[in-house]
Amino acid sequence: MVRVLVLCGYGFNCEEETAAGYRLAGAEPTVAHTADWFDGLVQLADFEILHFPGGFSFGDDLGSGQVFANRLKNGRFANGGRVWDAILAFLGAGGHIIGICNGFQILVRAGLVPNLAGIYAQEVALAPNGSGKFEDRWVRCQATGLGVGLFGEREFDLPVRHGEGRLEFADPQVRDLAQERGLVVLTYLDADGGPAVQYPANPNGADLAAAALLSADGQVFGMMPHPEAYLTFINHPDWGGRQRRGEVVEVADTGVGLFCAWVAAAAGKAAAKAAA
Amino acid sequence: MSLQPAAHCVQVRIRQGQRDVAGEQVQALAHDLGLDTGSVRVSRLYALNLPISIDELTTIAPIALADGIVEAASIDTVTAQGACHVLIGRQAGVTDDEGRTAQQVLATALDRQHGWPDTQHVFAQRLYDIQNPLTEEQLVRLGTALGNRLVDRIAYGTGVHVQVWAPLVVAEPTHALRHIDLNIGDLALMELSRANCWHLNLVELKAIRSHFAAMAAQRVTSGLASQPTECEMEILAQTWSEHCKHKEFNADIDFFHNGTSRPVHSLFKTFIRGATEVIRDKYQQIGQDWMLTVFSDNAGVVELDADHLFVLKVETHNSPSALDPVGGAMTGVLGNNRDAFGTGKGGARLLFNTNVLCFGPQDYAKPLLSGQLHPARIARGVVHGVEQAGNKSGVPTVNGAIVFDERFSGKPLVFCGTGAIMPRHYPNGPSWQKDIAVGDHIVVIGGRVGRDGIHGATFSSGTLDDKVSSSVVQIGSPFVQKMASDFMTEACALGLVSGCTDNGAGGLSSSVGELAQATGGAAIELAQVPLKYMGLQPWEILLSESQERMTLAVRPADLGELLQLARRREVEATAIGMFNQSGELHATYAGESIARLSLNFLHNGVPQKHMLAEWTDRAPLPVGPLSLDLGATLLALLARPNICSREAVIRQYDHEVKGKTVVKPLMGRSGLAPQDAAVVRAGFTGWHGVAVSSALCPKFGDLDPYAMACGAFDEAIRALVAVGVRLPLLGEQPSWSACDNFCVPNSAYDPVHNPDGKQKLGKLVRMCEALYDMSTFFDVPMTSGKDSMKNDFVADGVQISVPPTVLFTLVARMPDVRTAVTSEFKYVGDQVFLVGATYDELGGSELLTMLSQTGGAVPAVRKEQAKQSYLRLMAAHAERLVVSAHDCSDGGLAVALAECCIGGEFGAAIDVAPLGGQASLPALVFGESHSRIVVSVRASDAPRFAELLDDSATLLGQVTADLTLCIHFETELKCALSVADLTAAWRQEVL
Repeated sequence: MVRVLVLCGYGFNCEEETAAGYRLAGAEPTVAHTADWFDGLVQLADFEILHFPGGFSFGDDLGSGQVFANRLKNGRFANGGRVWDAILAFLGAGGHIIGICNGFQILVRAGLVPNLAGIYAQEVALAPNGSGKFEDRWVRCQATGLGVGLFGEREFDLPVRHGEGRLEFADPQVRDLAQERGLVVLTYLDADGGPAVQYPANPNGADLAAAALLSADGQVFGMMPHPEAYLTFINHPDWGGRQRRGEVVEVADTGVGLFCAWVAAAAGKAAAKAAA
Repeated sequence: MSLQPAAHCVQVRIRQGQRDVAGEQVQALAHDLGLDTGSVRVSRLYALNLPISIDELTTIAPIALADGIVEAASIDTVTAQGACHVLIGRQAGVTDDEGRTAQQVLATALDRQHGWPDTQHVFAQRLYDIQNPLTEEQLVRLGTALGNRLVDRIAYGTGVHVQVWAPLVVAEPTHALRHIDLNIGDLALMELSRANCWHLNLVELKAIRSHFAAMAAQRVTSGLASQPTECEMEILAQTWSEHCKHKEFNADIDFFHNGTSRPVHSLFKTFIRGATEVIRDKYQQIGQDWMLTVFSDNAGVVELDADHLFVLKVETHNSPSALDPVGGAMTGVLGNNRDAFGTGKGGARLLFNTNVLCFGPQDYAKPLLSGQLHPARIARGVVHGVEQAGNKSGVPTVNGAIVFDERFSGKPLVFCGTGAIMPRHYPNGPSWQKDIAVGDHIVVIGGRVGRDGIHGATFSSGTLDDKVSSSVVQIGSPFVQKMASDFMTEACALGLVSGCTDNGAGGLSSSVGELAQATGGAAIELAQVPLKYMGLQPWEILLSESQERMTLAVRPADLGELLQLARRREVEATAIGMFNQSGELHATYAGESIARLSLNFLHNGVPQKHMLAEWTDRAPLPVGPLSLDLGATLLALLARPNICSREAVIRQYDHEVKGKTVVKPLMGRSGLAPQDAAVVRAGFTGWHGVAVSSALCPKFGDLDPYAMACGAFDEAIRALVAVGVRLPLLGEQPSWSACDNFCVPNSAYDPVHNPDGKQKLGKLVRMCEALYDMSTFFDVPMTSGKDSMKNDFVADGVQISVPPTVLFTLVARMPDVRTAVTSEFKYVGDQVFLVGATYDELGGSELLTMLSQTGGAVPAVRKEQAKQSYLRLMAAHAERLVVSAHDCSDGGLAVALAECCIGGEFGAAIDVAPLGGQASLPALVFGESHSRIVVSVRASDAPRFAELLDDSATLLGQVTADLTLCIHFETELKCALSVADLTAAWRQEVL
């Protein structure tokens, strides 16, 4: 069974539903306070997935994810070891890192995704929404690029709930390379089924209508929408209408489908590692 | 307070070529103010007074403080490129989370966590760099729109160079114990109270004087002066404030109703707690005891299931929101959250927030009085504050309302509600019962103490005037509180806390004073209390309402573990004293006694208040002839601020964090359908949850306060019944919890200053009587509540008073949230019924207000009839016959139908003639008779539905595919409007 470390504390606030999502995906989540990880009470070596959930880590006072990313890169464990070294060791051992919303913002600031250059430098930004405000609204996303292999040829209705989700690439080369390698794995869709340019189908003004990114090595994944807020059909805003129309919602089309996909990817990697 | 040049500063600006969204917003705001700024660039500035070298800062600041792609950081030279600029930072001592966090991140980056002082030495500021030249007056206009002088320092400049300062709290000279001589004349006593902001009246001052005279010998024996210390007077003033003691809700009232005298001994005991006791007795007689804590703790507690309890509390935060809308609203939300997780032993997990707001008209055009903020500014700020507090706390804001009335232009009403769940049992006993023992340590956790929030309790107990100091306003820190609430949940689950309460009004003096009643005494050492900065007087430490603080009772054996857990969680926790049985609240500073008060006198010594009330029921005046174009009228009504879509506000609130929200504020195929009640799952195992509704209708209060309060109560109930909740029925296992919040103008009669005080209090009595009648009739118990008595704004000789208002927040358990029913139409051909009867009741309606007409009968609640309708609708719900259900309120049936169409993206063909001849056509379509719900059912289920509902429902028509709402009277088409037109009219930017 895929073991997942879901961090909490320091302003994260989606750990409970995230753990529920992993359980529904057949994985084994452990919710641990980040301080317990830093204190050495939990070890990354015991997990296949490290998950950074949504929330407002450290209040997002200096920009979303900024402070937490700094702790990852510059912080130390109680025993004096560097947190960043542990992250690199975890990835080196084939571990997967997932970040949703604030978690994605942390991954981006820490240079973990997309990491095209392989040196963990920040290559994209999640800048303030074009609307200038925090918004909670449901959007439609489509699996694109490597996402098709990961999630299947599917579309997902999911809520976004953020003030800073406008994905910007550092420069045209990064943009081209990310696109070329298929790292934009979820794309906001407009009503006509194309990549959403206009607000509100593109809720934040993200370049390439990018809702999610995969790292070049495929081990780090981050997304702005919240699959953990769509764990059952009754989380959907139109669940009553769908029920009346007799529509059946497949689990794979809810947020659980996304959890299942990356749990499977982590399991595959773990199995390959074991076989090797 | 003063300023000093910053040793270093960091400027973080948006890189050239990158979009500056914040700058665009400022430009738009300036445009609204009639200012042509050209482009505006916003930089973040950090003023540092820390031992850090320029080299270190140059290396670390760009990484630690700026985004690597869209931002750039420069060190020590702060420059502006435009013609002029505005620089805004916090006043000295005002909460500045961003600065504190910047200090922390620099410490981490430089590995200096232990080398730097633990007080704040990094201060965040914003530089607004304006392209076009503005005059000084124009700059000031922009600056005061961007900042608030009460909490911010706003500076202006031109040219390239920007002078950056750090706010510095100046330490006052070491404290000297002051005593207060109360042996002075009456006038002098009153002046003393006024000068010190005590808000104590003469009777109270004399009671205090007598008490100290009686205690003189005893005090002298124990080494104290016979006169009270300044600190003791402050404690008494805060504890005896209207805010804390509810003297008016507990007053003896002579009430003249329709000319007949009727004494009321305490509104609270008679009508509110009285009603709950009647209901509790009914259930206890059949062996059910699900109301665990009512009116005795920070929040009401009822049983949710075998292992969990539900906690409910709603508070208001009106005065602070009038002065500093963002900070006031934030503090309101966070303070109310603390009440929820500070109930019983503590540690309840927050499940949802509700938010009900009353503002003045957004196009308010009267000249603003001194100190009065424009209603539009208040509204925007309050919504931003609610967003910041709720979202950052990870608590979904699931339900609410916004009401506009000119009388809310002085003071807005900001109601913050919270539902929470706690495990029934902790390792150290039942969670909902405090179990504080002699010898338990008094531990404070969370934020530090500063001078912010001195006199909050007395301040909010008085009328708001233009002479306020910034120290009465506090700004919350959602992050510090989130850390504290996570810690509380963890510590309480481990059984380390024997009781707790939050630090709100009155600060430590109130929290320790309240908890001390459990053992009969407490002693605290104020020098132990962690401070934001040096220089506070001991009485200020005791009284400060600095936010995000909890006071805990901890067994000696558990103290070590609790403090260690707090350290690991980076939550500051400090033992400051002990509970004892001395009968006193004893505070020392560095060993010197600064307050030693009898707990009995503190809590029970306040003299009983006597008040006069008067109300005469009025017969309704006739309504003039109405000749309406129904279609045009409906479109006009849909666009009214009190009716139009709240989407622009709702979307700024996270309403689904935690993944449990099943019925959200906006639903349906269009994602626009407004819902009456919210439904939230309790957890991820099982399908049970709770439904929550809130209702208020102050507009009816001018005509009949009794009918108004009944109407609000009914609206809250019918919203829950609509969504599929069962009324509390003896024999079933209900779990209902309700909260009442009264907000009224100054109702203490004074022949000169408040000549209509008796009528105002009369209205309040009638509202309370309504609460009692409705609560006991429906067996819906109030479990907590709050009253706010002085909602007046006075400046320049003008007074703006709120209309008497009562909000009811109702919560009920749903055994299976999958049975919830939403408001919007869902399928072509579904049959549309109206549950409940319509009367000729246009009094107070939005229609007459829009037409500037008066008169008409105010909608009355016929509770027997209403209950029968609800019971029948419950039966239909039980058979799963109800496809959609939407309550009729503002704008009546036509507005409800329009919302059902907009939300579902369907039309409807409706005939209102079957509703009968009791009402005129305008009343049938736009009247706001209570207890009515628009329901749609499958055509095949319609006969069974009609049978179950009997004469409680009327078939009106059906849902259609043609995207047009057609309203007929018999065969005559009265209005036909496309859903696109309805939607366009209704989707206004409400704020």
